[in-house]
Amino acid sequence: MVITVDGQPVEVQRGVSVAAAVSAAKGYTRRSVCGEARGPLCGMGICFECRVTIDGHAQQRSCQIPAAAGMQIATEVVIERPAASVGHGRRAADVVVVGAGPAGLAAATAVVRGGQRAILIDDNPAVGGQIWRAGGVPVAPSIELHCQTRVVDQPAPGVLRAENPDGIIDFSYRKLVLATGARERFLPFPGWTLPRVLGAGGLQAMVKAGLPIAGKRVVVAGTGPLLPLVAAYLRQHGAKIIAIAEQQQAPLLMKFLSALPPKKILELMKMAPALAGVPVWSSTWPAEAYAGGVTLNRWGKLKKIACDYVACGFHLIPNTELARMLGCAMQNGCVVVNERQETNVADVYCAGEPTGVGGVELAEAEGAIAGTAAAGQGPSKKLLKQRERYRRFADRLDEVCALRPELRDLPRADTVVCRCEDVTYGQLTAQPDTRAAKLLTRCGMGPCQARVCGPACEFLLGWSAPAVRPPVFPARVAAFSASASRE
Amino acid sequence: MAKGVVIVVGAGIVGAACADACARAGYEVTVCEAAGIGGGATAAGMGHLVVMDDSEAQFALTDRSQRLWRTLAPKLPAAAEFASSGTIWVAADAEEMTAVEQKHAYYGERGIETTILDAAALAREEPNLRGGLAGGLLVASDCVVYPPVAAEFLLERSGATIKMGEPVVALGQGEVRFRSGAALQADVIVNAAGMAAGRLTPGLPIRARKGHLLITDRYPGWVRHQLVELGYLKSAHSQDGDSVAFNAQPRPTGQVLIGSSRQFGVTDAAVDRAMLARMLRRAEQYMPALAGLSAIRTWTGVRAATPDGLPLIGPAREDATVLVASGHEGLGITTALVTGELIAAILTGGASAIPPEPYLPTRFQETEAYGHHG
Ligand SMILES: Cc1cc2nc3c(=O)[nH]c(=O)nc-3n(C[C@H](O)[C@H](O)[C@H](O)COP(=O)(O)OP(=O)(O)OC[C@H]3O[C@@H](n4cnc5c(N)ncnc54)[C@H](O)[C@@H]3O)c2cc1C
Ligand SMILES: Cc1cc2nc3c(=O)[nH]c(=O)nc-3n(C[C@H](O)[C@H](O)[C@H](O)COP(=O)(O)OP(=O)(O)OC[C@H]3O[C@@H](n4cnc5c(N)ncnc54)[C@H](O)[C@@H]3O)c2cc1C
Ligand code: FES
Repeated sequence: MVITVDGQPVEVQRGVSVAAAVSAAKGYTRRSVCGEARGPLCGMGICFECRVTIDGHAQQRSCQIPAAAGMQIATEVVIERPAASVGHGRRAADVVVVGAGPAGLAAATAVVRGGQRAILIDDNPAVGGQIWRAGGVPVAPSIELHCQTRVVDQPAPGVLRAENPDGIIDFSYRKLVLATGARERFLPFPGWTLPRVLGAGGLQAMVKAGLPIAGKRVVVAGTGPLLPLVAAYLRQHGAKIIAIAEQQQAPLLMKFLSALPPKKILELMKMAPALAGVPVWSSTWPAEAYAGGVTLNRWGKLKKIACDYVACGFHLIPNTELARMLGCAMQNGCVVVNERQETNVADVYCAGEPTGVGGVELAEAEGAIAGTAAAGQGPSKKLLKQRERYRRFADRLDEVCALRPELRDLPRADTVVCRCEDVTYGQLTAQPDTRAAKLLTRCGMGPCQARVCGPACEFLLGWSAPAVRPPVFPARVAAFSASASRE
Repeated sequence: MAKGVVIVVGAGIVGAACADACARAGYEVTVCEAAGIGGGATAAGMGHLVVMDDSEAQFALTDRSQRLWRTLAPKLPAAAEFASSGTIWVAADAEEMTAVEQKHAYYGERGIETTILDAAALAREEPNLRGGLAGGLLVASDCVVYPPVAAEFLLERSGATIKMGEPVVALGQGEVRFRSGAALQADVIVNAAGMAAGRLTPGLPIRARKGHLLITDRYPGWVRHQLVELGYLKSAHSQDGDSVAFNAQPRPTGQVLIGSSRQFGVTDAAVDRAMLARMLRRAEQYMPALAGLSAIRTWTGVRAATPDGLPLIGPAREDATVLVASGHEGLGITTALVTGELIAAILTGGASAIPPEPYLPTRFQETEAYGHHG
C-alpha cells in the first residue's frame, strides 16, 4: 500500500508502524525545539520523539500507530484541522487490568478463570507487552480487550479514563490491576540524539514494527540482559552486529551468569548460536555517537566504530506513573505490594515490572497472583514458589545492572539531556533540584513528562523523580472536558 | 554605602521585582525564600501582561506596570519568553459588542490604541474560534511572559543575597525569624510571601482563589493572541461562588495554555476534575477544535485575593519596619514591576509614577475586613 510522507508517495508493507515507515523513508521523524532532526528512541510510545502530523492531526506518536493506505504524513507540525467529533464510551467489569504484557495477560486470564469479568487495556496496537510485541499472543475470548487504548487519568473513584483513536472511554472497576511494565533507561552522551541512535529495546521494537534492518551494521550498547537478546533478534533479521558493549565488569557478569535459574540457562543456550562470533566487550560503553558511527570507551581506551545504528539502553525502569497518580506507596522507585500483590490503595493491585524489574517469569507469576486475588481467591503454592525464585533473580539483576559511576561523566555541557525541550547538561548542573530545573529550564516539561530525562537526572544529578500530574500520558483536551460518570 | 538594609520575604515575581527595585534604589537587599525561585503562584500563573479597565486604580496599576515590562523586555533572557502577542476580548453576541465599544472608548481616552473587530475580522485573526461570534476588541499592546524565568532574572539583576530553603516564621520590628530560631535584622522588611503574607502579617484581608490551567503540546500559530471572553470580567469580579471563563494563551513555544477557573477558599493543589471539565467545556464553546489537541499537563495555582480586587502595597498597620506587597490576585505577574516601583518609592520617600493610595493596606483599616480575616 502507499502512504504519503512530506508529499512524497512511499510504498509500505501492511502492519508497519508509521514511525518505521517515516524513519525508513526520511531518516528522521521530527525536528526538535532547536531544529535538530530526531528519530524514535524508545519505539514503545514513551519518548515522543516520533511525533508527526497524520492526516492533519499534529503531534501524533507514530510508533504506536499502524500505517494505513492513503495516510498523509508530515514531519513538520501542520496546523490541526477542526477535530472530528470525539466519542465517549463507557465500559465496566469486575476487574480492569492495565497493560497486556506477560503480567497483565496472566492477571486477566486468572480473573476470567475465577469466573469474573475482566477488561484488559493496552496502549500498543497488539497484546504482548514489550516481549511479545509483534503480536500473535492468544487471549481468552472472554477477556474484553482494548488495544491502542491508553489510560490517561482517573476522573472519579473507581473509574479510569482512557483514550483510543476514536475518542475516550471510561472504564469502571471494582478491582484494578496495574501491569504497566517497564521502559528502558536512557543516559545522555554526546550524539545520543542523532536519529540513528535508539534504545536497544527501542531498535528491536522498531524492527518488530517494520523498520528494515537487513544488512545494517549495529553496535548494541548499554547494560543488562536485554542487550544480547536484542542483538540475537536483530541478527536473526539480517543485521550485522559489530559488537555488544556492556558497561558492567566481567567478574560481576560471570557471577550473575553462574547463578542463573535453569530456565534462563536454557534460554541462553538456545540464544548462543545466534550470537556466535559477535564480540561481547565488558567494561565498555559509548563515549560519543556521530553520523556514521560510534566511539566506544573500552577499558579506558577510545575506539571508533563505523555502524548504521547504535542500539543503546541502560537496563529498565518501572513505569509507575499511573500507580503514583492513584496514590500507591513507592519504595526505591517501585510500587509496594503485599503477598497478594495488593498496593496500599484499596482495590488496586500491581504486578510485573512496576513492583521491581525481574523479567517475564516473575511478571507472569505476579500477574497470575494479582488476578487470582482480585477475583477473590487464593493463589496456588506453585505460583508463590515461582514468584519467590524469580524475585531472587530480580535482586541479582539489579546488582548486575548497577550503573558504574564513570557513566556520570558521559554528557558534556552542551549535550542535550531533556530531548523534548532541548535542555543541556550545562543548564542543569546550575540547578539545585528537579523542581527548579523544571521551572527555570523546562527540563521535564515536554510531552514525555520526564519519562526520558527524569531517570537520567536521577542518575546524573541525584535528583528525585518529578511529581506526577494528570494526564498520565498526553491526551486530547476532550479527555478532560468530558464529565466523569460510572457505567 | 547602602542606604539601608532591606529583607524581602518571598521570591515570587512580586518579591523579585521588589528586590530589584530596592537594590536599584540603593539598598542592600536579602531575599528569603522557603521553597524555590518563582515556586508559588508565580510558577502556576499564565503570564498574561494585561491592561485592565475595571477601575481607575486597576487601570493605572496595570498600565504603568505593563509599560515597565515593555521597557524591561529587551533585557530579558530568551527563556523568559516575552512576546507581544496582544489580547483579543471576544464578544459572543451583540450585547457583548456594546461592551467592546465601551472598552474601545475607555482605552482610547487613556492613550491605548485598540481595534474593534467585527465577526469577519475576528475569524481572520483567529481561525480556530467557532463561527457565529459577534466580534472582539484587539488590544495589541498586551504581552505575555514566562514568569519564573522573569523572576529569576530580576533576582539576579538585583544582586540580592538569596537565602533559600528555610521558611520565615515571623517578621516585624526590624527582624525576620526562621524556623531554626535564627534571625536576621533589617531596616525594612518587605512581606512578599504571596498567599502566606497574611500569616506573617496577621490581619491582611487575603483570601485564596484557586485556579486551574491546562497546557497542550506545541501547535505553533494555532492561537495567535491571548483570547479572553468578555464574560471573563463577570467571572473575575464575582465575589462568591465558583466560576469559569474562556481564556487561551499562545505560548511562544507554540503551546496553548488554557484557563481559567476561580474557586474561593480552596487551597489544596489537587486538580479538581469537575472544575477542570467545566472550564474546558467553556473553552470548547469558543474553540471547538481544542477538544482534539493533545494536552500534556494540568495543574492548579492559588491567587491571593483581596475584597476590592486591588493588591496590598505599603506599610503594615502598627509596624513601620514592614511593607506589604501581596494580594495581587490574578494580575500579579502584570503588576509586579509597578509594585516594586511603589515599594521603592515608599522606602526612599520619593515620588511614584502613580498615586499609591488606592493600594495601601491601610485602606481596609476602617472596614470590617481588615483584622477579621487572616
Ligand atoms: C523495550 C523492552 C524490550 C524488551 N525486550 C525483551 C526481550 O526481547 N526478551 C525478554 O525476555 N524480555 C524483554 N523485555 C523485558 C520484558 O518485557 C519483561 O520482562 C516482561 O515483559 C515484563 O512484563 P510486564 O507485563 O510487567 O510488562 P510489559 O511487557 O512491559 O507490559 C506492559 C504493558 O503495559 C502497557 N501500558 C503501560 N502503561 C499503560 C497505560 N497507561 N495505558 C495502557 N497501557 C499501558 C504497555 O503498552 C505494555 O504493553 C523487554 C523490556 C523492554 C522495556
Ligand atoms: C491560575 C492562575 C493564573 C494566573 N494568570 C495570571 C496572568 O495571566 N497574568 C497575571 O498578571 N497574573 C496571573 N496570575 C496571578 C499571579 O500568578 C500572581 O498574582 C503572582 O504570581 C503573585 O506573585 P507573588 O510573588 O506575590 O506570590 P508567589 O509567587 O506565591 O510567591 C510567594 C513566595 O513566597 C514564598 N514564601 C511563602 N511563605 C514563605 C515563608 N514563610 N518564608 C519564606 N518564603 C515564603 C513562597 O515559597 C513563594 O515562592 C495567575 C494566577 C493563577 C493562580
Ligand atoms: S525528555 Fe521528555 S520531558 Fe525531558
